[in-house]
Amino acid sequence: MKILVSVKRVVDYNVRIRVKPDGSGVVTDGVKMSMNPFDEIAMEQAMRLKEAGTAEEVVAVTIGSDKSQEQLRTALAFGADRAVHVHTDEEVQPLYAARILAALAHKEQPRLFLMGKQAIDDDNNQTGQMTAALLGWPQATFASKLELDGDSARVTREIDAGLETLEVDLPAVVTTDLRLNEPRYLKLPNIMKAKRKPVETLSPGDLGAEPAAALKVTHTAPPPTREAGVMVKSVDELVGKLKEKGLL
Amino acid sequence: MSKVLIVAEHLEGELNPSTAKTVTCARALEPESIDVLLAAAEAGGLAEQVAKIEGVSRVLTAENAANEHLVAATLAPQIAAAAGQGGYTHVLGPNTTFGKDLMPRVAALLGVLQVTDIMAVHGPYEFERPIYAGNAIVTVEAPQDQVLVGTARAASFAPAGEQAAAPVEALSLDAELPGHTRFVGLETGSSDRPDLQTAPKVVSGGRGVGSKENFDIIYRLADKLGAAVGASRAAVDAGFVPNDMQVGQTGKIIAPALYVAVGISGAIQHLAGIKDAGTIVAINSDPEAPIFEVADFGLVGDLFEVLPELEKAL
Repeated sequence: MKILVSVKRVVDYNVRIRVKPDGSGVVTDGVKMSMNPFDEIAMEQAMRLKEAGTAEEVVAVTIGSDKSQEQLRTALAFGADRAVHVHTDEEVQPLYAARILAALAHKEQPRLFLMGKQAIDDDNNQTGQMTAALLGWPQATFASKLELDGDSARVTREIDAGLETLEVDLPAVVTTDLRLNEPRYLKLPNIMKAKRKPVETLSPGDLGAEPAAALKVTHTAPPPTREAGVMVKSVDELVGKLKEKGLL
Repeated sequence: MSKVLIVAEHLEGELNPSTAKTVTCARALEPESIDVLLAAAEAGGLAEQVAKIEGVSRVLTAENAANEHLVAATLAPQIAAAAGQGGYTHVLGPNTTFGKDLMPRVAALLGVLQVTDIMAVHGPYEFERPIYAGNAIVTVEAPQDQVLVGTARAASFAPAGEQAAAPVEALSLDAELPGHTRFVGLETGSSDRPDLQTAPKVVSGGRGVGSKENFDIIYRLADKLGAAVGASRAAVDAGFVPNDMQVGQTGKIIAPALYVAVGISGAIQHLAGIKDAGTIVAINSDPEAPIFEVADFGLVGDLFEVLPELEKAL
């Protein structure tokens, strides 16, 4: 089977986000960029399925500017066989991204489309579900366990109430949660090998994807800060303070 | 004027409190009406509970054996059909795992965008929402010429009060339901303790607790306080507790009146889950732990000495 994995270039998760003083956005100039961590989990899962002999081909896709090719190379270093770069310099919000990815899925015909459950920049948590809806495919979001069985998959999902298991017919979209796996450390020879793997560049128009209406961000602000509290010296003092506040 | 449709969340005959919170979010839109769609195998007593939420104009029931378990792929076509048939301007759900899974699928079926995790309403098409794990808050404007689909952040809205019951009407929906997604099972970490997401008091343990067995000390304090029990991601990853107890950006985002963090250092991702808590108490042996920067009351000490003492003092 063929697996498609979408990856996104985002500010590295270790970077402390700073909001621009004029409220026009967050500082991204000169900031370390990486593959979205949930997408790394999706890549890792795809590679495990290939190594187990369940998948024959893994294709990675990203949408973005020239710079997002770096994240495709990371995907290829994970072991993807080839990559598709849907090139655009425009901001792509989830519905438009889903239209592009659904169009690519029509072209590539994967049996499984793996994605991160959300990107850690805009935290939208929409693209996987929207892609599945546009394709008319099943979706299994927040996956912490994935078992393929012929024409269907059993997916355990991390939901508020606990662990839910769904059975979905293939092809399906599965979005990954933290505990699905621990992504591998990329070794230098694989990073070198990735440089020679094929990357196809397409435009959204090549795929026939229609742009979608977008949300307009009018202001960006830092979150309200909590005032630093007081240090108490003893349990008795703590209990006293909580009683004062009517919490005990 | 706005006409709002809200999707009710429920499990095993219990209405999730996120529904009443989503109603509060909807009321901030100052709409003409708020209808709540209740999809279930049998609406029964659930419809009565929804009807009594203050601000609800009508409860619309979609009874179908396929709604025995709420599965996004099966629900989405029904909600999209209800949205079209009723001429709604807004379709809202809770930003719980239920709503996060479902609402984008509804939006895509309607061909519209979604506003995720609404934390404040400035107008019918203007909202605040968090990005970068809550490290920045953006104000967004949505297009007015399409249905607005959104999810309401539970921690940002108080549950709506009670009213005399609104009318309940059965909906006949013109929707084709797919058979490609089947519910297999649900494993809940069920306990007699209060629900983590809605409890007014929460005690959480972190890596500092040390082991699954040691977590008893957290449960004991929680029981003494009548509190729910949570955990940091580190404690979950270490296998001390199941994942549905995780508090933080990738777990549950909560807003209890009292939050007691025990042996939790306070990673950004954990703090993102407790930003809206009323009073935060931190107990940690490391005086440099970042949790103290956000705690209202901090106590430096060995949790295995402090907690028994605290238990005795209560």
